[in-house]
Amino acid sequence: SVNPDLASERQTSSFSVERLTALLDGGAEQTQIRRAVVEAIESDPVFSRENQYFQTQNERYEAAVRKAVHLQKKMHEMGWTENGPEYKYLYRALSGDVAFLLHRVFMRSISMLGSDKQIAKWIPLSTQHKLIGSYAQTELGHGTYLQGLETTAVFDTATQEFILNTPKISAMKWWPGDMGRSATHTVVFAQLYIHGKCYGIHPFIVQIRSLQDHSLCPGITAGDIGPKMNFEHIDNGYLLLKNVRIPRDNMLSKFCEVQPDGTYVRQGSQKINYFTMTTVRISVLADEVLTPLMKACTIAIRYSVVRRQSKLKPGEQEAKILDYQTQQEKLLPQLATAYAFHFINDYLQELFNRGYGEIQRKNFDMLPELHALSSGFKAVITQHCTAGVEICLRACGGHGYSLLSGLPSLYTKIFASCIYEGENTILLLQTARFLIKCFMAASSGQPVPPSVTYLAAVKHGKCPAKNKLDFLSPDIYTEAYQHVAVRLTSSTAAKLQDLIQSGVKKHDAWNQCTVQLVQAAKAHCHYIAVKNFAETVEKLETKAGIQKIMKHLCDLFALHGIFSNTGAFLYDGYTSAAQMDMVTASYLDLLAVIRKDAVPLVDAFDFTDKSLNSALGSHDGQVYQRLYEWAQKSPTNQMSPAYERYLKPLLHNTLSKL
Amino acid sequence: AAAMSVNADLRRERAAATFQPELLTYILDGGPERTRRRKEIEALVLNDPDFQHEDLNFLSRSQRYEQAIRKSSLMVMKLREYGIADPEEIYWFKSFVHRGRPEPLDLHLGMFLPTLLTQATPEQQDRFFMPAWNLEIIGTYAQTEMGHGTHLRGLETTATYDPSTQEFILNSPTVTSIKWWPGGLGKTSNHAIVLAQLYTQGQCKGLHAFIVPIRQLGTHEPLPGITVGDIGPKFGYDEMDNGYLKMDNFRIPRENMLMKYAQVEPDGTYVKPVSDKLTYGTMVFIRSLIVGDSARSLSRACTIAIRYSAVRHQSELKPGEPEPQILDYQTQQYKLFPLLATAYAFHFVGAYIKDTYHRVNGDISKGDLSELPELHALTAGLKAFTSWTANAGIEECRMACGGHGYSRCSGIPDIYVTFTPSCTYEGENTVMMLQTARFLMKSYTQVTSGQQVTGMVSYLNDLSRQRIQPQHVAARTVTVRINDPTSLVEAYKSRAARLVESAAKNLQAELNHRNNKEDAWNRTSVDLVRASEAHCHYVIVKLFTAKLAEVTDAAVRAVLTNLCLLYALFGISRNAGDFLQAGILTSVQITQVNQHVKELLAVIRPNAVALVDSFDFHDVHLGSVLGRYDGNVYENMFEWAKKSPLNNTQVHGSFHKHLKPMQAKL
Repeated sequence: SVNPDLASERQTSSFSVERLTALLDGGAEQTQIRRAVVEAIESDPVFSRENQYFQTQNERYEAAVRKAVHLQKKMHEMGWTENGPEYKYLYRALSGDVAFLLHRVFMRSISMLGSDKQIAKWIPLSTQHKLIGSYAQTELGHGTYLQGLETTAVFDTATQEFILNTPKISAMKWWPGDMGRSATHTVVFAQLYIHGKCYGIHPFIVQIRSLQDHSLCPGITAGDIGPKMNFEHIDNGYLLLKNVRIPRDNMLSKFCEVQPDGTYVRQGSQKINYFTMTTVRISVLADEVLTPLMKACTIAIRYSVVRRQSKLKPGEQEAKILDYQTQQEKLLPQLATAYAFHFINDYLQELFNRGYGEIQRKNFDMLPELHALSSGFKAVITQHCTAGVEICLRACGGHGYSLLSGLPSLYTKIFASCIYEGENTILLLQTARFLIKCFMAASSGQPVPPSVTYLAAVKHGKCPAKNKLDFLSPDIYTEAYQHVAVRLTSSTAAKLQDLIQSGVKKHDAWNQCTVQLVQAAKAHCHYIAVKNFAETVEKLETKAGIQKIMKHLCDLFALHGIFSNTGAFLYDGYTSAAQMDMVTASYLDLLAVIRKDAVPLVDAFDFTDKSLNSALGSHDGQVYQRLYEWAQKSPTNQMSPAYERYLKPLLHNTLSKL
Repeated sequence: AAAMSVNADLRRERAAATFQPELLTYILDGGPERTRRRKEIEALVLNDPDFQHEDLNFLSRSQRYEQAIRKSSLMVMKLREYGIADPEEIYWFKSFVHRGRPEPLDLHLGMFLPTLLTQATPEQQDRFFMPAWNLEIIGTYAQTEMGHGTHLRGLETTATYDPSTQEFILNSPTVTSIKWWPGGLGKTSNHAIVLAQLYTQGQCKGLHAFIVPIRQLGTHEPLPGITVGDIGPKFGYDEMDNGYLKMDNFRIPRENMLMKYAQVEPDGTYVKPVSDKLTYGTMVFIRSLIVGDSARSLSRACTIAIRYSAVRHQSELKPGEPEPQILDYQTQQYKLFPLLATAYAFHFVGAYIKDTYHRVNGDISKGDLSELPELHALTAGLKAFTSWTANAGIEECRMACGGHGYSRCSGIPDIYVTFTPSCTYEGENTVMMLQTARFLMKSYTQVTSGQQVTGMVSYLNDLSRQRIQPQHVAARTVTVRINDPTSLVEAYKSRAARLVESAAKNLQAELNHRNNKEDAWNRTSVDLVRASEAHCHYVIVKLFTAKLAEVTDAAVRAVLTNLCLLYALFGISRNAGDFLQAGILTSVQITQVNQHVKELLAVIRPNAVALVDSFDFHDVHLGSVLGRYDGNVYENMFEWAKKSPLNNTQVHGSFHKHLKPMQAKL
């Protein structure tokens, strides 16, 4: 039965949860498909995550391999295909707890970078799992900065082969997923040398393990890189190459080819490629970044209405901790953030689809803007969501620290997203470079892409709000965000110019302004997120209370951003001290309003108990019973040798025998 | 492996330092003699083959627990053998043995024994103390329940006195009343001091402490009526058997209630304790330890991140030149140096709190309790402030190490998971901040009613003086000199005063609206937390600045002054809104502050490695491949990875079990 403290929260919902779920899914039919996939996966015991928190690294890895193999069978059984509507829900249904994710990256890189002949040879083998692929780019010594990679591929005209080497310790491939134990093949990125000349980084297909007995091929040293904060189920690996010879045909040659005599030929444009790389950044956001924050909010908010602590009114029952303003101030902004980023993610997906169409028609005009948006939002979303999950974790007090709460795993997993697909600071600086360029162009009257036209319209007004209710007007706060974004970009641009004019070299000037540049890029993204949320709300149906509650969340998202960064808004007097007090007042009022719908708002995310895998966050709110039951399953409660071996002599005061 | 020489980058860094790191180490330790003794104790442990074991990262939880209990047993024996009795020296010894991690006897040594000493009657001490000292009895302290933590009055375990048998009957009447979390309870302890609501003669007398045997001496099996076990895996604390305890009509003799203060007589008559203020002392002490822990944990993370950033080269700063050390990037300095400054600030705050505690404790034993309330309030706030900041700082250090920071070989994941519970235990941080706020509000009320307040809150006295003048607080002009730490202390003071006043006014406004005090308090609590934070921030800047005057060596003072300025200015930059809104600083000054922060980054850069060397963490204690003193990072990452359990066999078992059959079928 449902805990009455949780049940009562659901009775007072101001909107239809089912309709909101459909909105999040992009339509009720989508919800239906998603639920069917989740149901099929969760009802299959092979995919169970029940013991996950008790398993060792070896056990987690083995389970992930078993699931990956079983998934092939399941897909066949269910008639799901990689192009079908179900496919995109699989990862969510499995909560990512499956091996061979890099196999897909392997296939994608062949499709993108390989010649037609190479595609015809490798893709069928991969599809049938005759081989297992990985993608070996990152090295011990280099990550985001690709030009610095040190692995070499030297062309030998005599044998028509490439000779691959990792010439020093820092050149060793390090981190690629599925490579430590599973992969038989991998795409290795290496510096290409022909006749002693370096041609830069190129991709090569290298077989690393025998297809017969899985032993390592000659010249290959590979293994697992050891325990990490999470991803215990993935065998992130290292790879040393010592004079490994591969045929000339194994260099992926859609864009560059080495001819038999060693002539290097470039062909076609890499721009589409570049675009695809950019899309990858955005494509991971929904499953890897937004889902964990939504799950964390679900767990923390449900737990906060079940947990009662201390009294708010003398003589009454202890209060639900969600009734404390400080608890609301921790959790509700995270909830608003999850919604805000859900909508910005929709916006970006749509923009990228449009971009893809343009690029197909060989129009590359949108590329710089798409690149800047994907870099900036990847950084901003991963950073905010990671921080948000941690806030949820800490808001659950001691019980949040137990793995059984599900929160530590969500946190350690989402944390990695700040690093992979480009380190966040570097990505923000890429966005900043675009902003500065556009700002300069706009100032000299040249046209700029749509997302940055606001940079041209520099206004030096003041915030017109007169009372706290004015701050619930999207125009007022959107303009405040715009003002800050313009100010940070323009002042940094001015500073850069000053430095350069005073004789500082360009790159030094850039490095001296990077802290400000990062702030400008963040402000730009924050502004677009607020604006997009406000515009989305305007277009929503007014029925079933959806628009109203989304408007509250939008206001909260915007005001929370101001409240947590008051300096940026007070600076230069755009917002006055008195107005800032109004912001605070409106912001705190909103907390109490959204509090009433907090549980329905997380219910709308529609996570099953199995997918949350949390003793604190289940739909029925039977928190304490579940915590107690699950704890008893812990291996530490089975017989441990520690008693006989150490405790017994200790207790019997026979220390000297130890 | 052959001894490798120190990485060239680190050698250069150390040669370029403008001060002698040992001199700074002496300051952190409290004098060269303390440093010498610390190193002596460190050597005792590190050179002892009994304390060696394989890298804990590769062990399962059960194995880690086993290693810990093995080392703990030896530790107790050796401490006695070496005659180490000073609490700080015991702390060092333990910390080196367990490499900064918790251990299963923590609660026995840190809570069970001390509680017997302070709360047991002489007869009870005769019965329990020596067996516990000799580890025939291993005890824990069972306070927290599944349903209640910081809010002690809500605890539900009951102890009902039965005069007919002269026993207490202990019960866990609900699921939520199950004792949950106590360290060493799951597997290690055979006794527990249990906190329960005492019922006698039909009345509840509130929380009292009882000595409860939980496991059979000899077999270590749970006693009838006792259900006990481990609460399962956690984020960290793998070596600790945090446990649960459920009691069903479990009877203990009357003499097992700790009766030095409150008593239950044989007929059930309850005798009230004289004073309960004394328990404040223990809380203050433990929270002051957490402030020190915040400093140490953040220092360890900074050591790792800064050394690694001096070794790692990436990308280009100047076209055509070799890849620079990542520590040369402004963004990297901006991430790490303010944290380094924070670590130093917290060290000095920790030392101040410890000294103050000892001083006030001396007063208490002379019957003078006057300073206790302020110390109690200050320690609560500083515990929360420093643990929150260090918690976030450790994560920033990890993030600054990129992908490799995420590997357990970096050591930072371990520092984080070990440290992060301190935001919750010994008082949940938000609740702690609100306790400080309560004291601030009380002081503010005193001032407005014409009384003077003393100590760290004395700045509130100035508020009433200003109120005589007609102008609004925000219109005050303060001349802030951003190069002068003393002047920055004044700026922080004004900010604290402004936020305390604003919270007090908002609270008053809420009180005028409704007659429920708790409700009004709740509706002001976000403001109240902000006020407490500003107060703590002021105290820290003040203490750091005061420390500078005590430093005699000019070179060390110069480098510490820069760190102090960076700490203060970075805090202003991050909280610019507070200073702008109160009119303490103008926008122009904020720009100057931001600029000066960046200049300080460049000034501190040459001393960065020497500044973390001064923390003087031994490699074994640091437990990090990225943060090694010799900087030979990559070679050792490879050596470390080879030991991973997944690499135990050349071909993993799952190949034969799953992969091969799949390939055969397709």
